[in-house]
Amino acid sequence: MNIDQKRRIESIVALTLSTLAALSGMFWLVFILGDVLVRGIGALTPSLFLNDPTPAGVSGGGLRNAFVGQLMITGVATLIGVPIGILGGTFLAEYARGTKVAQAISVLSDIMVSVPSIVVGTFIYAIMVKPVGHFNGWAGAVALAVIMIPVVLRTTEDMLSLVPWTLREAAFALGAPYYKVIIQVVYRGAATGILTGILLSIARVAGETAPLLFTSFNNSFMSTDMRGSMASLTASIFQYAMGPYDEWHIQAWGASFVITVFILLITIAGRLIIKWRYK
Amino acid sequence: MADIVELQAKNLNFYYAGNVHSLKQINVSAHRNTVTALIGPSGCGKTTLLRCFNRMHDLYPKNRYEGEILFENNNILSDGVDIIKLRSRIGMVFQKPTPFPMTIFDNIAYGLKLNGISKRSELSERVEKALKNAALWDEVRDKLNVSAYDLSGGQQQRLVIARALAVEPDILLFDEPTSALDPISTGKIEELLVQLKNDVSIIIVTHNMQQAARISDWTGFMMLGELIEYDKTDKMFTAPSEKLTEDYITGRFG
Repeated sequence: MNIDQKRRIESIVALTLSTLAALSGMFWLVFILGDVLVRGIGALTPSLFLNDPTPAGVSGGGLRNAFVGQLMITGVATLIGVPIGILGGTFLAEYARGTKVAQAISVLSDIMVSVPSIVVGTFIYAIMVKPVGHFNGWAGAVALAVIMIPVVLRTTEDMLSLVPWTLREAAFALGAPYYKVIIQVVYRGAATGILTGILLSIARVAGETAPLLFTSFNNSFMSTDMRGSMASLTASIFQYAMGPYDEWHIQAWGASFVITVFILLITIAGRLIIKWRYK
Repeated sequence: MADIVELQAKNLNFYYAGNVHSLKQINVSAHRNTVTALIGPSGCGKTTLLRCFNRMHDLYPKNRYEGEILFENNNILSDGVDIIKLRSRIGMVFQKPTPFPMTIFDNIAYGLKLNGISKRSELSERVEKALKNAALWDEVRDKLNVSAYDLSGGQQQRLVIARALAVEPDILLFDEPTSALDPISTGKIEELLVQLKNDVSIIIVTHNMQQAARISDWTGFMMLGELIEYDKTDKMFTAPSEKLTEDYITGRFG
C-alpha cells in the first residue's frame, strides 16, 4: 500500500467517524424535539392557558398559574440579574482591566457558569427559604438571577473588551470623563453583543427546574404573591410527568412544548441579532 | 504673522510604567498657526511626546512626567490641571479612524454635548461648520443620519477631524493620521491640514518624511527618546545641523 492509498483510507475513516458522531448527536436532538413537538401541539388547548389546575382526577384543568408564575419569576430574575451582570462585567472590562482581581473574578464566573443549578437552589434555600420558614417566589427569582449573573457578566466583559481601545482614547481626547465614555461610546459599540448575552441568559434560566424546586416550589392555585410559594412551568412539568394521571401527562407535554418554543425563539432572536450586527 | 509660541516643552522627561525612560530632556515649542512635524524612526518617542501634550498617558497607571509643558503660561503637567478641560482645548486625531458607533451628526455633536451645548439649532450650525472645515460637508450633507461606519476610511478620518474641530480647540495633535489611508485620501487630509492651520496650531507625528516636508513649517527629529534637532522645515530638509538628522532624512537608516 503506497502512501497515497494510506492517506485516502485515513481520510475515509476520519470522515466516517465524525459523520457518525454528528448524526448520533442530531438523532437524539431531533428525537426529543420531535417528540415534544408532536405530543405538545396536541396538548395545546385554550383551557391549558386559561384554567387553573383542578383537583387530581377532575378534568378540565390548565396551567394558567404556572404560566403566570414562570413569567413573574423569570422576569424578576432578569431584573435582578441583568443589571448586576452588566455592571460587574463593566467593572472587569473597564475599571479593573488587567488587574489580578479582575482575572480572579473572571475565572470564578466561568466556574459559576458551570456550577450545577441544584447547588444554587439549595444555597438559596438555606439563606432565603429556611429563615422565613416557607417556600417563596422571591427565592426562586434570586436563584435564577444567581445563575444568570455570571453568564451576563462574562458576555458583557467579553463584548466590552472587543471594543477597540482607540475608540475610548478618541472619546477621552474630546474631554469626556470615563463614565460618559463607557455609557455613550463603549456600550453603544457593544450593545448588540450585550443584548444577545442577556437573551441567551434568559433562555438559560427559563428551563431550570432544580433551583425552583428548592425555592419557589410549586403552587396548585393561582398566586401572584411572590412572598409565598409559586407555580412555574418547569416545576409543574416535573410534578405532572411524575404523576399518575393521563391528563397531567398531556398537560406536561403542552407545558414542555411552550417552554421549548419560548427558549427556541429567544435563542433565535439572539442569533439573528449577532448576524445582523456582524453582517 | 506674529510668531507666538502656543505650546512649549521644557526639560521634559517621561517614564512608562514607572521606570522606562522614554523621553529625555525634551525642549521643543509649537508656534501658533503653524504645522509642527515630529519625525524619527519607530520607537523614537515621537508618539509618546505627542501624547504628553494632552496627557493621554494619564489613562494608564504608573506613567510619570518630569519637567514642564507650558500652555498659556500654565504648566499642564502640574497636579491641579483639569485634564478634561485641557483635552477639549488640545484635541487629538489617531492613526486609525475612530468614528463612534453612532450617526455622522451625533459623532460631531458628541464633543459639543460634552461641553454643555444642547440646543438643536446651535448643534446643527456647529456640526455643519465643523464638517465644512474638514472638507466633508459636500459628501455627507444628505446623510447626516446614517451610521459613521458607512463612510470610507478617508471620509471617516475627516469626520474624526471634524469632530475634533467642532469643539474649537487651540491645538490639534495628529498621530500618523494618514498611515492607514490610500494616497488620494492622504492627499486630501494633507491639503486639509495646511488649511486648518489658519484656525488651530497643529502638531503631527508622521513616519513619512515627504509628508513632513510637504505640510510642516517646523520639524523635530527624534531618536531614542531624544530630540536631536528642531528647526524650520526648509532648513531641516536642506541643511540640517546634525549629522544624525542628515543621515536619517537622506535614508541612510530608519
